[in-house]
Amino acid sequence: MASDRVPPSSSKSAIACRDLGKVWGAGTARAHEALRAIDLDVQANEFVVLLGPSGCGKSTLLYLISGLEEASSGQIWSFGEPVESPSPERSLIFQETSLFPWLSVWQNVSFGLSIRGMPVAERRKIARQALRRVGLNEAIDKRPDELSGGMRQRVAVARALAMRPRVLLMDEPFAALDVQTRAKMQDFLIDVWRDSSASVLFVTHHIDEAVALADRVVVFTARPGRIKSIIPIALPRPRNLFAAEAEGLRRTLTELLQDEVERAFAEQEALAAG
Amino acid sequence: MMRQGIEQPQIGMAQVTTPATGIKPVEARLWQRSARLRAAALRAAPVVLWSCLSVGLFAGIWEACWAFGWADPKLLPPPHVFLGDIVDQAKFFNTVSRWQVGVGQNSGPSPAMAVLYTVLSTTGRVFAGLAIAASLAISTGVAIRYFTLLERLTLPTVTLLAPVSPIAWLPVAIFLFGIGNKPAIFMVVIALLFHMILATITQIDGVNRNFINVARTMGATKRQIYARVIIPAILPQLFVFLRFNLFGAWMVVLVAEATGVGYGLGQVIMLGRNTFNPSLVFFTIVLIGVLGFTFDWLMRLMQRKLLYWVPPGTETLRGL
Repeated sequence: MASDRVPPSSSKSAIACRDLGKVWGAGTARAHEALRAIDLDVQANEFVVLLGPSGCGKSTLLYLISGLEEASSGQIWSFGEPVESPSPERSLIFQETSLFPWLSVWQNVSFGLSIRGMPVAERRKIARQALRRVGLNEAIDKRPDELSGGMRQRVAVARALAMRPRVLLMDEPFAALDVQTRAKMQDFLIDVWRDSSASVLFVTHHIDEAVALADRVVVFTARPGRIKSIIPIALPRPRNLFAAEAEGLRRTLTELLQDEVERAFAEQEALAAG
Repeated sequence: MMRQGIEQPQIGMAQVTTPATGIKPVEARLWQRSARLRAAALRAAPVVLWSCLSVGLFAGIWEACWAFGWADPKLLPPPHVFLGDIVDQAKFFNTVSRWQVGVGQNSGPSPAMAVLYTVLSTTGRVFAGLAIAASLAISTGVAIRYFTLLERLTLPTVTLLAPVSPIAWLPVAIFLFGIGNKPAIFMVVIALLFHMILATITQIDGVNRNFINVARTMGATKRQIYARVIIPAILPQLFVFLRFNLFGAWMVVLVAEATGVGYGLGQVIMLGRNTFNPSLVFFTIVLIGVLGFTFDWLMRLMQRKLLYWVPPGTETLRGL
């Protein structure tokens, strides 16, 4: 991987990471290195999936890009601007439900707008539009606990969309859903992504999900996470996941991951033993 | 609470079907309401029956002890004795006039009014104390986590004072406030305050990180995160804490009143002790029990209305 250390200030990449590293608990006895030397470019309107064994630091990368956590080394740019703090331009969607239970669905969706001081009527209008885009305009006045897990994640997506983000960061958003719901949500996400013109960075450890969604799959090594290889997926959309090409890609990704999963296991066993 | 006045339809209500079409809407609505009431009564019936049975069993054993002569009726008068005596005992509730020189037992309010007055003043102290303690504790707890300097200056002291028994504060209450409502309320506040500050801080630390991260990515400031995420997130648990401490507050108030800090139910119990009147003591205990039970129920209702997003905790461990 050629890493030019020059700030890509002219770069218009949606996300540009250069030589990015993260050490959790640096300077303490429990310090551990989560990420090392990450160079990654995500183009505008590109769908990139980060794939790797559990605990390889792919979620950490998402937090660094969102600005919620600070990198230990390296630098991140978004559309040429250095990333220093969280921004509504880069919305993060979590694995677990993160809707505020004390707010109704539309109040949740327009939370970020109310932070900006937008008047109620306007907020509600935008919330309605965002909910229509995720197919939940009926649920506008419901409360989060009245919705199913899949619906809640769609509301979370609507909440992100209401801020008109240029980058959507998704941290295993469908991991807590059952298989059927998950497949539906993948189709739904592709639709939303196509008419939002945002870039998506999607973390998963499911190979099938990666093949179903990605323009490019970034495969991570076990801890500390480095980029092992980047696999472009040129299958036409909507994708036939039973096609021979999809099968081949799945095999390639499985082989790439196998070593890393084994290494992660060995390391965990060594940790437990000593 | 934060309900905005816009289109809040009643969701989750039981759908009651009208018996037949062609009925005037007003009648249909009345019919629905009475159906809903009847359904609620039916649902509550087993609970009420079991409660009566439970209390009846307890009273029955007591009555049996008396009937078989195992319990001395002078020391442990059975329920039918001390409850049958209500009218006679009620006049002792007129403890207010005891503080006034030259006022006889039979002057002042009627016995029934005296009971009501005593109950209301004790209840008033409990709730005044709870309200003051809750607002003080939540604001102090939040301020401690918000301002690091304040945390360093006050948290060690709060932690030090939390384990002190409220009884130890009793003389302080009298030194500071003398006799009357103030010292009793002070006792309730002091018994709750430090624990509740610590509980508030623990709750703040336990707020779902995702909630805070969502607000941060939306560009919320620290102040906005506290006001719009952290405080609504900690309220449910703090209300439960308050509800559990309602009983504690009752105990403290009784102690405060009994030690001469004022009139009230505690004072009546003390009077019963001093005049060797077990019937009066037991009658007051029943009164306190019923009051505590009622207010716990009222607070649960309040919790459901105020903290509408918290699912009712009806899950019990069963079937083992």
